[in-house]
Amino acid sequence: MNIQKMLAPHVQAVPPSGIRKYFDLINEMKDAISLGIGEPDFITPWSIREEGIYSLEKGYTNYSSNAGSIELRQEICRYMKRRFNLEYSHDKEVLVTVGGSEAIDLAIRVLVSPGDEVIIPEPSFVAYKGCTLFAGAVPVPLKLKAENQFRLKRADLEPLITPRTKLLIMAFPNNPTGAIMEYDDYVELVDFLRDKDIIILSDELYAELTYSGKHVSIANFDEMKDRTLVVNGLSKAFAMTGWRIGFVCGHRDIIEQMKKVHQYAIMCAPTTAQYAAIEALRNGDEEVKMMVAEYNRRRRFVINSLRKIGLDCFEPFGAFYVFPDIRKTGLTSDAFCERLLMTEKVLTVPGNAFGDCGEGFVRATYATSMENLMEAMKRIERFIRQL
Amino acid sequence: MENEILRILAENSRLTNEQIAVMLGTTEEEVTRIVKELENKCVLLGYPALIDWEKTGEDIVMAYIEVKVTPQRDQGFDKVAERIYQYPQVKSCSLMSGGFDLFVVVEGKSMKEVALFVAEKLATIESVISTSTHFVLKKYKEKGFAFEQRHKDNREAVVL
Repeated sequence: MNIQKMLAPHVQAVPPSGIRKYFDLINEMKDAISLGIGEPDFITPWSIREEGIYSLEKGYTNYSSNAGSIELRQEICRYMKRRFNLEYSHDKEVLVTVGGSEAIDLAIRVLVSPGDEVIIPEPSFVAYKGCTLFAGAVPVPLKLKAENQFRLKRADLEPLITPRTKLLIMAFPNNPTGAIMEYDDYVELVDFLRDKDIIILSDELYAELTYSGKHVSIANFDEMKDRTLVVNGLSKAFAMTGWRIGFVCGHRDIIEQMKKVHQYAIMCAPTTAQYAAIEALRNGDEEVKMMVAEYNRRRRFVINSLRKIGLDCFEPFGAFYVFPDIRKTGLTSDAFCERLLMTEKVLTVPGNAFGDCGEGFVRATYATSMENLMEAMKRIERFIRQL
Repeated sequence: MENEILRILAENSRLTNEQIAVMLGTTEEEVTRIVKELENKCVLLGYPALIDWEKTGEDIVMAYIEVKVTPQRDQGFDKVAERIYQYPQVKSCSLMSGGFDLFVVVEGKSMKEVALFVAEKLATIESVISTSTHFVLKKYKEKGFAFEQRHKDNREAVVL
């Protein structure tokens, strides 16, 4: 049998992530500094880990309800209200998922049919496009512009809308650019979207990591709340990536369908992690604050260093990424990253791995120790000088 | 701003004023001024390093000593505390609530040296009623830093 012929063409056609090859290279290097990994360098705070361990000691090892334990869903609702002023009911409007990623996949699967169009502002996290293609839908890239600080503008969105547009994905604070959207940025968008039959999938995993004012969600606008799915989770804010707990809040009819797919594919999110997540949401605000303060110090240090080195870098106010413009060096993103890695052993990720319009930029994360960042900046400076 | 600078220095006092200024989004001059002010006000007392002497050849014995004293008229505990903390062997000295009055940390080259210091110097101070000496056998954590090997970054490369 020709196995290749058995594979679904629409899955096979999706290329593997472009980031991979660099990661394979760095694994064999000594003294390399990775500014490539998109996850917190902090370990999950002990009180949260301890709660997970305690739940195991007590023998809480069964499935939870499909949507996630009631206690956790209630805690999520309190958290969303407390931190983002968003109100949801725990019994119909919240679903606990295996990381934010599952929520994104579910949302796309229950909303789009083959041929529907999904607008994906780029540069963007690589999963949106993949999940869209897996669902047989058509990803429509929207080019975010550096001169707009990579914020989403109505003028960039409007021309892409067609009768087949079903879903608009928004992800602010953004991976890979670190861009955020503020209240005023949303006003013109909301004005345009309020009477369109388009659902917004708002990936807000980095919401807590906002360094300028308070995070604003498009769901904070009353007329948008029912047509927005807010995806959030504990991975980034609480340094809990490996626990795999995310959640999605939104209109009960959509959540209902998502729950159906979730219960057949996943059953429920891991129970141990759910217990840990309850503790995190209940008592973790202070820990989050401390981590955010530390990220913010690093963020300022990195932007300042990159600018001193002579790289243009707009100030990112969210997540834990900087996205400097490297066009001045005359190198492509790929060449820049490869040469930086080979000569100075610093790993960054080429911007074009996040969409074509990321060409000319690189992504570097400051989710690593200040010590590493200081050394990395020295090396990048040396690298730029000898170009 | 003051407290933010202090928090950063408490973590790592080797950072330069310039680096701290960058981290806090202010000017080097401003940080220099505030640090000077904090030093003058005796808020910032010193910049010692945190060392695990166990791993060096140096012999250092540390003891925590509970001291009961009779407070003195008009001076309370301060006078006797002062008599105790003047000794260079005394690394720390605090007034406590509970079963005893002063908590004194003493360092020496050997258990014998520390014991003699307590017997000859501390216990003989007039208002000291009794002492109880506890030798430190192993330190696990100090000033927020665990003494075991530092956490290694073992994050695996994932696609995101």
